[in-house]
Amino acid sequence: MSVMSVVSMRRRALAAQTAPTAPTAPTAPAAVLTGTGLSLADLTRGDAGVVAGIEAADPAAAHRLLDLGFVPGTPVEVVRRAPLRDPVVYRVAGYEIALRRAQAACIRISPLT
Amino acid sequence: MSDHCGPPSAGGVALVGARRIALVGSPNSGKTTLFNALTGLRAKTGNYPGVTVTRYEGIAEVGAGGQVVLEDLPGTYSLVAISPDEQIVASVLDPADEGTATPEGLLVTLDATTMRRSLRLVAQVLRRGLPVCVVLTFTDELTRRQGRVDVAALRRALGVPVVAVVGGRRQQLADLRDLMADPSSWSRPVVPPPAEPEEVGAWIESVLGAAGYSAPQIDERTRRLDAVLLHPVWGTLVFFATMFAFFQIIFAVAAPAQAGIESVFAWLGDQARTRVGIDWLAAFIADGLIGGVGGVVVFLPQIALLFVLISLLEGIGYLARAAFLMDRVMARAGLEGRAFVALLSSFACAIPGIMATRTLPSTRDRIATMLGAPLMTCSARLPVYVLLIGLLVSPDTRVGPFGVQGLVMFALYLVGAISAMLTAWLFSRIGRSTGPALPFYMEMPPYRLPSLRSVALAVWDACRGFLSKVTRIILGTTIVLWLLLNLPAPSDDELRAAGVDPADTTAVATYTIDHSLAADIGHAVEPVFEPLGFDWRINVGVLASLSAREVFVATMGQVAAAQNPDDPADALATMRVQEGPRQGELLFTPPVLAALLVFFLYALQCMSTIAVLRRESGSWRWPVIAFGYLFALAWVMAALTRVVVAAVT
Repeated sequence: MSVMSVVSMRRRALAAQTAPTAPTAPTAPAAVLTGTGLSLADLTRGDAGVVAGIEAADPAAAHRLLDLGFVPGTPVEVVRRAPLRDPVVYRVAGYEIALRRAQAACIRISPLT
Repeated sequence: MSDHCGPPSAGGVALVGARRIALVGSPNSGKTTLFNALTGLRAKTGNYPGVTVTRYEGIAEVGAGGQVVLEDLPGTYSLVAISPDEQIVASVLDPADEGTATPEGLLVTLDATTMRRSLRLVAQVLRRGLPVCVVLTFTDELTRRQGRVDVAALRRALGVPVVAVVGGRRQQLADLRDLMADPSSWSRPVVPPPAEPEEVGAWIESVLGAAGYSAPQIDERTRRLDAVLLHPVWGTLVFFATMFAFFQIIFAVAAPAQAGIESVFAWLGDQARTRVGIDWLAAFIADGLIGGVGGVVVFLPQIALLFVLISLLEGIGYLARAAFLMDRVMARAGLEGRAFVALLSSFACAIPGIMATRTLPSTRDRIATMLGAPLMTCSARLPVYVLLIGLLVSPDTRVGPFGVQGLVMFALYLVGAISAMLTAWLFSRIGRSTGPALPFYMEMPPYRLPSLRSVALAVWDACRGFLSKVTRIILGTTIVLWLLLNLPAPSDDELRAAGVDPADTTAVATYTIDHSLAADIGHAVEPVFEPLGFDWRINVGVLASLSAREVFVATMGQVAAAQNPDDPADALATMRVQEGPRQGELLFTPPVLAALLVFFLYALQCMSTIAVLRRESGSWRWPVIAFGYLFALAWVMAALTRVVVAAVT
């Protein structure tokens, strides 16, 4: 798992936002995610995926995300966004938690299997 | 948002040689509710992540007639600490840490509805090797949401005692109390859980499988409420409507109770005047003690109401939603959502607000939030605002269905909040570049009905704290002020020389105050406050309020009672400027009242806050900066307000 700085994570997340976004189908229960290199911040409301790993510059921050339930292999679902689009409420490990974009961008996501 | 106003007592519970058991758990796991049920001691409970930021200890009765000291540790999601309050938990649980006493046993609360996540903390705690007893909470909610768990099987899977306790029910508590009598007898796991986060996942799945756990369904009630309360449009509207209603309620509902308290103190004052034979003693008791203290105690209903509303919002789970809605705004100020919690706590009192900054991982955020906190409108400003707003607008003035008094109050709270944010933004800019950005996360607990008991405890705690502040700081300051206002006592010759009839008690009282030591002090600082339109009497009140803001009300009460003991409120409204270019005009004109309100909005007039700032920031540097910065800000804004209001009225 490569370690990258939080700043470059943010930049990546912004680039991902302006680029053609991952396919989302609002009518489908969970959009099918294709491609690699997706982070939790790239998902939109109603999307779901599986945690693939955590990439954070700070080991303490990475450890905390694990302790909050973002463990590889765990399904995550986007529940809702705040009025100004950030933070976002996610459903993971049986409860709901709000993360800011910067944290969500540290969580790698793979498609639901 | 715990605590009354005033510095918390530092001492623990005195029970020498007793067993110590500590309570560990993640936020929202029912930890503080359990603590209250076991100790019967006050400590706040709430539905908000990070409520318990101070250490609480209490004595719990355990089986076989024994007693143990129970410590309520701050809520944490992990023993790998990233904030000061999590560090407390980590060091208490570390036997090698000399600074803290290691408890003989640990009670770990485990929320049955979030077990897949919460067992990670349990795994870390079990690895510490101390005797552990797991207390399973919210099993009723688990059943309601169609989940299930077998407690006996969970006990076997974990290898430690497991007790289910729902909302502090007596029979379940009795079992727990029996266990607590002897932590050394608790069974221990044969093999400790793994350390690697990935392996912990497998351990958790095996425990859950063995305990026949089926996760609860999504809470439909919470989903439906969130669809409205967190909606981009409706949610924002509800948020502002809630805040607005909050202040209307505080004004409207408290009024009758206030009138009642007022008449009791008026009656007491009359009794003192007629029953006490010695004139100066009667005046001291009636005007100094009863007038001064009564003037402040009158605001007890409003403070009680404030805490009823705050603890209801907190207990229901709405405060977490409010922080979620406001997070983006806080981010603009360079802060995170948890700083919003600290600032919101400061609506009650800046002290719990400043202490709540311990949940913030970064030092920069902590200092910036601490300096913003005293600007949030605390309950000590309430009496001052109510008094001044009462002089400014009549209670009958309305705009549509809303009382203008409530509107002015809402505006003051809003300006205070905005100023707090700007201050935090300013100081977080100054302190930039310290440390990496630490993660922000906030649990959205399901909506729950708060127990009447926890609301009552919060209100009782606040009222008790207010009354104890009245007796400690306010009573003392009031007595000193009475002496300053009444000494030196003029002789009859002096009175006659000044054309005052010594038999006319009201005239004598007025003359005495006008020539008192306090008047000298008030005159001495006139050059500073003259641009704000304050006369020497207001100056004395403002100087006295440096100890605690409410003292301003007590001082004005004393001055007014001397002029017109039967109707001090009328005496204040008709008080006139005694000298200078404005001589003979009304003292409390709208520009002066507005300037006073704004001055109190900004100035740091609270000894307790300064003391806590010193303790929490570790040096005198930040309290001195805060005091100077806020005084300068108060002066400038009050002067501006006076000019602007004078121009429009």
